[in-house]
Order: sequence, then C-alpha cells, then structure tokens
Amino acid sequence: MRPVSFTLNGKPTRLTVDEKRMLLWVLRDDLGLTGTKFGCGAGLCGSCTVLVNNQAIRSCVTAVGDVEGKQVLTIEGLARDGRLHPLQEAFVKHAAFQCGYCTPGMIMGAYAFLLKNPKATRAAVIKEMDSHLCRCGSHVRIVAAIEAAAPAMKGGAR
Amino acid sequence: MILDDDNLGDECNELVVDGPTTFPVDRREFVKLTASGLLLLFTVKPAEALQEGARPQGGARQGYPTDFNAYLHIGADGHVTCLVGKVELGQGPMTSLGQLLAEELDVPMASVDVVLGDTDLCPWDGGTYGSLSVRVFGPVLRQAGAEARAILLQMASERLQVPVDRLAVKAGVVSDTADARKTVTYGQLTEGKRIERHLDTKPALKPVKAFTIVGTAVRRRDAIDKVTGKAKYAGDIVPPGGALHARILRPPALGATMTQVDTSAAEKLPGVKVVRDADLVAVLHEHRDEADAALALVKAQWTRNDPAVDDKTIFDYLVKTSDAGRTVAQGGNLAEGEKLASEVIEHTYEDSYVAHAPMEPHAAVAAVENGKVTVWAGTQTPFPLKNQIMQALRLPAEKVRVITPYVGGGFGGKSASRQGVEASRLAMLTGKPVRVQWSREEEFLYDTFRPAAVMKIRAGLDASKAIAFWDYKVYCAGERGAAHFYNIPHHRTVTAGGSWSGGGGSQHPLGVGPWRAPGASTNAFGRETHIDILAAKAATDPVAFRLRNLTDPRMIRVLNAAAKKFGWTPKASPSGRGVGVACGIDAGTYDCVMVEVAVNKATGKVQVKRVVCAQEMGVVVNPEGAMQQIEGCLTMGLGYALSEEVHFKGGEVLDRNFDSYQLPLFSWVPRIEAVILDAPDIPAQGGGEPPIVPLGAAIGNAIFDATGARLYRMAMTPERVKAALARG
Repeated sequence: MRPVSFTLNGKPTRLTVDEKRMLLWVLRDDLGLTGTKFGCGAGLCGSCTVLVNNQAIRSCVTAVGDVEGKQVLTIEGLARDGRLHPLQEAFVKHAAFQCGYCTPGMIMGAYAFLLKNPKATRAAVIKEMDSHLCRCGSHVRIVAAIEAAAPAMKGGAR
Repeated sequence: MILDDDNLGDECNELVVDGPTTFPVDRREFVKLTASGLLLLFTVKPAEALQEGARPQGGARQGYPTDFNAYLHIGADGHVTCLVGKVELGQGPMTSLGQLLAEELDVPMASVDVVLGDTDLCPWDGGTYGSLSVRVFGPVLRQAGAEARAILLQMASERLQVPVDRLAVKAGVVSDTADARKTVTYGQLTEGKRIERHLDTKPALKPVKAFTIVGTAVRRRDAIDKVTGKAKYAGDIVPPGGALHARILRPPALGATMTQVDTSAAEKLPGVKVVRDADLVAVLHEHRDEADAALALVKAQWTRNDPAVDDKTIFDYLVKTSDAGRTVAQGGNLAEGEKLASEVIEHTYEDSYVAHAPMEPHAAVAAVENGKVTVWAGTQTPFPLKNQIMQALRLPAEKVRVITPYVGGGFGGKSASRQGVEASRLAMLTGKPVRVQWSREEEFLYDTFRPAAVMKIRAGLDASKAIAFWDYKVYCAGERGAAHFYNIPHHRTVTAGGSWSGGGGSQHPLGVGPWRAPGASTNAFGRETHIDILAAKAATDPVAFRLRNLTDPRMIRVLNAAAKKFGWTPKASPSGRGVGVACGIDAGTYDCVMVEVAVNKATGKVQVKRVVCAQEMGVVVNPEGAMQQIEGCLTMGLGYALSEEVHFKGGEVLDRNFDSYQLPLFSWVPRIEAVILDAPDIPAQGGGEPPIVPLGAAIGNAIFDATGARLYRMAMTPERVKAALARG
C-alpha cells in the first residue's frame, strides 16, 4: 500500500492503495466511477478503455501505480459544463449503440484516436477500432459517428 | 445538443413505411430505472396499487394481468409511467413499447416513461426473448392503453357534461369538439390515482391508418445514459453500505466434482471472507481484483466426468445419441416424389457450438433487508429468476424482488441467470450485499451455447427442374425454421434429438440454450444451401430457381425486393461473381438476404463486401429501431458464419476469452443496405432476430458462386474454405 496521486477527469486525486491493483477496479470500486466497464479482464475487448496522458489504455490490465503523476480521463470526464462532447453527440445522433456496454470504451478509444488523427480516413478509423469489440453489431453506426465527430475535434479536444 | 431529423442512420438505407419519419425531442433525460427513483413519480400509495394490478389472474398459472392499471399510471401532472416486465437488452423495447402506449393513449412520446423488469412494480412477464416484445406483448399493452383511454373519456364526459362521442383527445388533453373552451387533462382526471373503473367490453385498438407515433423513427430513450457512462448495468449497482465482490470457485470442466478444497491461504489475505456452503466455495472482498487474488490461492481437487467427445467428433456423437425424431411437417408422399425425381441430391450439413458472448458478462448484486432479498440482475428473465431465487432460498414471493437495470446484451444467453441465484445465496449466507460479476472465463464456461447440430437432406428435381421431393432431418437444432416454405409436392421435415434448448439436457457435453433466433440460422444454413445446390444442378439462377419453387406471396415479395435493391442479374452459380442469396421466416417476419463476397483463394479468407436485406415484418413500430436490428443481426451473423465456434474436449471449454474466440471486427463489416417493406395490413411481427437467420447460408452460397467450392459446415473458417477449394 502506498499513496498514488494522479489527475482524474481534471481533479487532483490521491489514494492509498496497493499500486499493483488494476486501474479499472480502483476506478469502479474505490472511486465509484462505473462508466468504465469490465468485459474480458485481458485487454482484449476494449470496454475498459480510458485515457492516460491522452493515450488510450486498457484499464483492466493497467496497474494503478503506472498512472502516478499522470492525467486520467474516463467517460465521466468527457462531457463538460453540462454539454456532451461532439463524439457523444455523434453517438446519440447516429444511434451508434444498442446495449451500450461497449460504448464508453468505444467513445474513449475513438477520442484518443481523433486527438492524434483529426483527419483520419474512414479506413484508418476502421483499422483503429478493430481493437474494440461490439456484440450488438453497431459497427456501421459507430464508424459513421466517429467520422461525423472528427471535424468538431480538429485541432484540439473540444 | 441539437436533435434534428436529417440523419436516419446510414444514408444507403431505405425506409419504406407509412407516416412521417421525425425525431420527437425528448424534453429531458429518461428517468432512472433502478429502484430508488420511480416511487417519487407517484402521488398515492403506488406500491400497493401496482401490486394489486400486477397480480396475475387465475391462481398459480402466470399470465399477463387483465387490469390495465398494471401497465400504466397517469400522474397528476399528466405524466405517464408505462410498466412492463420486459427488459432493455439493446433491442429498444424501452422506446418501441413506449410508442405503442403513447399511441393508444393519445399522449406525446415525451410524456411517457417506461419502467422495465422490476418484479415489484411491473406486471408479470415470461422474459425478453423470441422477438416477442412488440409482437406478442405489444397488443396486450395496447389493449391496456385503449381501455384506459376509453375510461378517461367516460370520466371526461361526466366532468365536462359532454357526450363521449363529442370528445376528442390530443396530447393527453380531452376537449369538446363543439366548444373548444371545454377541456380537461388526463392528469386532472386521474389526480395521480389508480383508475378504479373497468370496461366489460374491451374497446377496439386504434387502426394502423390513425397512427401518428407508431411507425415514426423515434430517437432511443437510452441514448444520453449510454454515451455518458451514466447507464447502470447490474454490476454497477452499489446498494447502501456497498457490496462485497464474490468470486466463486469453478470446476476445470463441466460435470467435474470437487473432492478436496483448501481455502486457508486465501483466508489469510486481509479483508477476505471465505464462504463454504455445500458445493459453493466463494471468496469475498470489497475490491474485485483482491477477490480475484484470493480465489487464485484456493486449492481444489476435482474428479472429472468428461464425456468422450470433442469438437471434431461431436456430429457423429449427436446423431448416435439422438432419438428417431418427430415429423413436424409433411405433405404428399416421399416415395412418389422420389419416383418423379430425375436425380437425387443428398448432403449432410453441420453447425458448431456458438457462444452468446455479450460484452457484459453475467452480473448480479443482491442485498437482504428485513428478510427480503433484492437482486439487481443482468437478466432476460426477471420473473423466472425471481421464482428460482424463491426456490433456492425457500422464500415466499413477497420476500424476493428482482430489478433489471440496463442489460449489456443478451441474445438468449441471459435467459439463464444463475448468477442471480448465486448472489442471493451469498447475500443470505453473509448477511451483506454481494456482487457476483462473472469473469469472461466463467461466461464461456457457463454459457448456454447455440447447439452443435446436424442436418441430413435428400431432395430431387423433376424433369422440369422443379423440386420433386424434400426429405429433411435435423438433429439437435429443433423445430424453429426447420420446415421449408417452398412449393414442394412431396416433403417431410423431421426433428431428432434435443431442440435448441437441449431438450432432456443429457445429449450435449456443454450447456445449450436459446441463441438469437434459436435453431433457425442452423436450419436455414442446411435448407438454403441445399436449395442452392439444386439450383446449380438445374443450371438455373438461384433467385429464379427460388421464385419458380415459391408460391408464398410474402416470400416472393421480399425476394423480389432484395433482388431489386441488390441489382441482382440472373446467372447460374458458380458465376465467379461471388454473389449469394438465402431466405428465411422467423418470428412471423420474412427476410431475404443477398451478399457479395471476395474469397482469397490462398488464405481461404472470406471478406463480405456487401449485404442487402429485404424484410417484411408487418406494421413497423419504430423504423429506426427495426433498421438497427437488421444491421445488428447482419453484423453479428458474420461471426457464426465465418469464425465463431466453441472448441472443447469432453466437458472442458477450450475457448475462454476473445484471444481464441473470434467475434466479428469492424474491418469485417460490409456495406449494409436494408429495405423494410410496407405491410400495414399485417400485425407487427418480430424484429430482433429474423434478419440473422439467412446470413450464414447466403455467405456460403456466395462462396460457391465465387469459387465453385461448397461449404457444408459452419463456421466457414479460412481453413475450411481452403479445404473446400482443395476438394474442388
């Protein structure tokens, strides 16, 4: 057990935890942020995707000690000042989900990707999203939503 | 955000429906489904009122209650709460059922909240499966709405001193058509109270041509919750005081029995609680990953009871262990038919075990208070689960409540909900709230797979290239979709062995159960592949061949609609183009799917480039929702067609996570185009399952059209495609 400090959705956060514990369960069990989902426990499905220093990572296989001093962004931190992020708006508009369980991970993965690749082609979006699984078959709509949101994200986060 | 109506999904989709397609803007986020929020909506003793209404008629045998109050409540502010025992798995009943009630009551969609799957608040329901929500439950809900509306008109007539036939309703406001100043709202009439009157004669339902809400593309009610992470699934529920995570010791293989267990090392970990109760061994901790660590320290010995069968020998095994079978459809005389046939074509088709693999593994949270257990469960069957918990814990009905938050996908797999019983049992044993959230490995171990199955088909063509006879026998996929729908004078359909639910349960080495359109995709693979083979033998275009052997006008219509949308040009297979067709009927809905594939002959990899689906499903309640279901089915179906197959040895499931069990990926998804045919004279039929049914067969037929190689087994993996190419 040791103190671990990081910034979570813009707020300084300090916890005394076993630093080997997985970020996913610290977020869910210790911090009550249940928007980040458990899907496979092995980094294979993408449901638990969050951003650490603007990189998409799988929180089910990332130790909380590894985010010491870093910026962590979860789905709960994406909408700000009561306004949905353009990606969230696009997911609503395109109905880019059914059961919604993979959706937070999809949005966070797409967000990290568009931050770096604001002019990504459709093919690049598809290639990137291959690391995320959706069982309901919302793929076509997810790609359309990401493409639609990309212009709004050009050159920055908002 | 701004909601507009300029985007109805993929621009290549086409909606052929009555009425406007606009998105009414919800005036607020949809109310939370979980226990706490709902009661605040009511003004007078709602729990008792609902309980009474919710009690099924006719003693122990459960059915839908006849009192319309069980399904709806109108608040003093006119707000309508729609209560249904269905659950939201993603297929959209939260939206479509709300549309049906709003339509019958004549209230705006935005003033209806839908509460689902709470056994204390909602009327009994058998479960959310079988594409039944709109098709079978829909008319029940509409009837409740129609009766409530008729009674509200009576009440308004008395209040306004105006005869009923002079009254009109718009947006929950009753007005006198002769004097616009005379109005009264539903809310003023009910004052939030239960409506005590009933009608002896049930009023007629609203005719389809008068619909203003049903048939319009309504935006999903769950959208904001789901894109913000606010949507609560069972594993997200935190009861007051928190819940302990429980990890349960599982056998290495199905059927194994525990001979010895040592939990001493786990017990030494700080904060760990160990529970042993007969066959149940569980470790509990406040944190999930610490419970995982404790479980890893439990040492157990097992006696294996594996049946001598694996994923290679399963098909012979199923045929050998099946009974003689039952004839489920027949006509004419097979011997006569065979005499007419110039050639007899006989093949055996096989289908593998397929997992449900919802992204949310089974989860439940149970809390006990004053002897009453409340269970939040990710389940398709809250009422049957309640019964299971009552039996397991020997509790009376009033001591068990199942609440169903959002469910992260079901596809049939959450009709079985043993995690709900496990959580309840552990909460009772420990006296603390307990969360049971299966690992992905547990999910694969205890999944009720789509059963492996075998089809043996004999058929023949007469001199005119018409199908002379059809002798179909299916082992272990069951009846659904087994009978053909072609015009064949001499035919017989026999189902042998267990059904898609496993029947007696002893035949399969693994758990089996309903998987989206249970049995129907398997049966369609056999039937539609064999039809394709007959068409090729007749040197006839597969669409023309089907049309020649069809008389059912609904099927002819969808086949023609698909051909038009696809731009199908007649040519006998194999044409080298890589196009394929297959048809199916499921849940009362007709589908025709056409695909175009590219086959890499070196690797055996199949890329589906384009899928067209024509569907006739009667009245379309929510065209946008129906379109999502078509897309979802056609995407999910790529998996059973091309890659998904559960490998096993005896009782040991070898695929336990997504490293070896391959779901469809973004890069596999073709261009999807759909056309939903207008059929206002046919009641609403199923939407959540039917389009998945013909996809596997259509892909197999397209592979043949591309290469001349025929696949007789799903999944049509690259290895099997290469083997088929080598056979020539």
